[in-house]
Amino acid sequence: MTESSQDPRIRLLTYSEVEEVRGYVGNFDVTIRKKARFVDLDKCTGCGECTQKCPKKVPSEFDMGLGKRKAIYTPFGQAVPNVPVIDKDNCLYFKKGRCKLCVEACGPGAIKLDDEDELITEKFGAIVVATGFQQFDWTRYGEYGGGKIKNIVTGLHMERMLETTGPTAGKVVRPSDGKLARDVVFVQCVGSRDEKSGMPYCSRVCCMYTAKHALLLKEHQPESQAYIFYIDVRAPGKNYEEFYQKVQRDFGAIYIRGRPSRIYERGERLVVRGADTLTGRPVEVEADLVVLASAMVPNADAVELAKKLNIPHDQYGFFTEVHPKLQPVDSVTRGVFLTGACQFPRDIPDTVAMSGAAAVGVCSIFSQDELTIEPRIARVDEQRCTGCLSCVEVCPFGAIETRERDGRTIASIQESLCAGCGNCASTCRQRAIDVQGFKDEQILAQIKAAFA
Amino acid sequence: MTEHESTAEQERNPHALRERILALSGEDVGRCIQCGKCTAGCPVAPDVQPTPNQVMQLIRMNDLETLMGASMFWYCSSCQTCTARCPMEIDIEAVMNTLRRLVLEAGGEPAEKDVATLNKVFLRSLRAHGRIFEFGVVMNRNLRTGKPLRDAMLGPAMFGKGKLGLRPHNVRQRKKIKRIIEKARRFERVEPGPPDAPGE
Repeated sequence: MTESSQDPRIRLLTYSEVEEVRGYVGNFDVTIRKKARFVDLDKCTGCGECTQKCPKKVPSEFDMGLGKRKAIYTPFGQAVPNVPVIDKDNCLYFKKGRCKLCVEACGPGAIKLDDEDELITEKFGAIVVATGFQQFDWTRYGEYGGGKIKNIVTGLHMERMLETTGPTAGKVVRPSDGKLARDVVFVQCVGSRDEKSGMPYCSRVCCMYTAKHALLLKEHQPESQAYIFYIDVRAPGKNYEEFYQKVQRDFGAIYIRGRPSRIYERGERLVVRGADTLTGRPVEVEADLVVLASAMVPNADAVELAKKLNIPHDQYGFFTEVHPKLQPVDSVTRGVFLTGACQFPRDIPDTVAMSGAAAVGVCSIFSQDELTIEPRIARVDEQRCTGCLSCVEVCPFGAIETRERDGRTIASIQESLCAGCGNCASTCRQRAIDVQGFKDEQILAQIKAAFA
Repeated sequence: MTEHESTAEQERNPHALRERILALSGEDVGRCIQCGKCTAGCPVAPDVQPTPNQVMQLIRMNDLETLMGASMFWYCSSCQTCTARCPMEIDIEAVMNTLRRLVLEAGGEPAEKDVATLNKVFLRSLRAHGRIFEFGVVMNRNLRTGKPLRDAMLGPAMFGKGKLGLRPHNVRQRKKIKRIIEKARRFERVEPGPPDAPGE
């Protein structure tokens, strides 16, 4: 991130969201909302005085609520750019009309309390979608405490606790009283591999990050013990299987094959009721801390974004590629590429590889003066077209425009957008649209030949 | 089921048992992902073999013979914890119930005869009185299973608290209850208990 922020050919628009996308490959008109951050990007030196002086503390989202942040803050230490933002919902000035300690503290006068959202529209040649994922809300599991038991956390909490610069300085503790956790139970497949939650898919990354957590836990706290309830361990990456074996062999993690049915409190400790399906009996494990591997799910606004970008998504809300094997980073809208977990749960190596592929996809478009497209696209018979424009409504790619011909409005195909799906051809009452190579006459001739 | 003993029909169709369970209960055991959550929550699994997830696998292995001698579904208390928590939404309790029925239909001896006997006298009491006459059910079970003093020490305490009456209390319209039971029996075409205990 730091590197890209310093490259003169890269412009970062942080704290911004895409509002609208129009146009087509090579000619996208994108409207972007630059949200009001109340701090001037050009004036701020990133000294951090304002954050220090800010009197308002709220739970830090980045630290999963394990630590606090101020109302004027950068989300995490390495955030790019190193310029804070004011959280309007918690800032005393915005809530009660007074305070302004940050304004007083800021030497360069970078704080703009009257800042407003700004909309910009610019031309772009291609779009890479890399919006990532969010964590499944596991609190719908009543049998796991429904979110009411403090010492049941998720893998992301564990990640923050194991971080030496994190909220607990690398110590794995019980959130209820801050005491060091000795017995830690990890539960795999929470939300994933679960049709009842609507996610029969495997979340893919949990097996390996849990193995990593078990290893780091033992390294940070040698007196600790990790128990891992799993259904199947999926370790298909390079060196993954060896890593998993090492965690069992050298770091003493105990793997128990079975999904827990219930987690409840017994005094200060937790009881995990699970099963060991390999020995064929239920087991109970007492723990100080339970870490749930909560599933990766699409962002809450993924479907909305898909509509803006004119790209399809699956039943879960993950964006769909043209072909899962042969065109894994292309979306059906030419010039829009997909990478990372917005498409499906992916780990870091896969995401890096796909991002490279998406970047090359963009370059391969930009390196040509002319765009080569598939010949199977729709064509309008301009004399037959009555201009009813039923086709415009059914086109999933927004590829049908209108134009004037001899004083009437007719349909016109934007060739670089058309994917040749044929929706318009089958909708047109005048039979004025045909997909080239699949004209009605050609199809009928094929049928005749087939039944001859 | 050892491979050699399987019937000709089962040999032809390795999914016979799974399909039979599906037809009778509407539950497809083929959906099971063997996560073990049913076993983890089962109140009787600590004391009974095979465990619920093993029962699912035995069905998929078409192993009716092992299931004929299995005690799990006789001890199943129908608490439905497994059903409520199954991530694949399989009604496991219904599968257990169907297995009880299959064993009886196949003319098999229930692995837990006492349980089957209790089921039978329970239903018989329900048919006679329209509700359960606890004292009668207990005595009947004890005599039929040949353990006349079983749970006898619980009697005085329950009697003292008014939990146990010496005479049955019939519901007003017990004939209707009886008709419901008869109808259910016609639907299932199977007796709810084992062949009558010796000595009746």
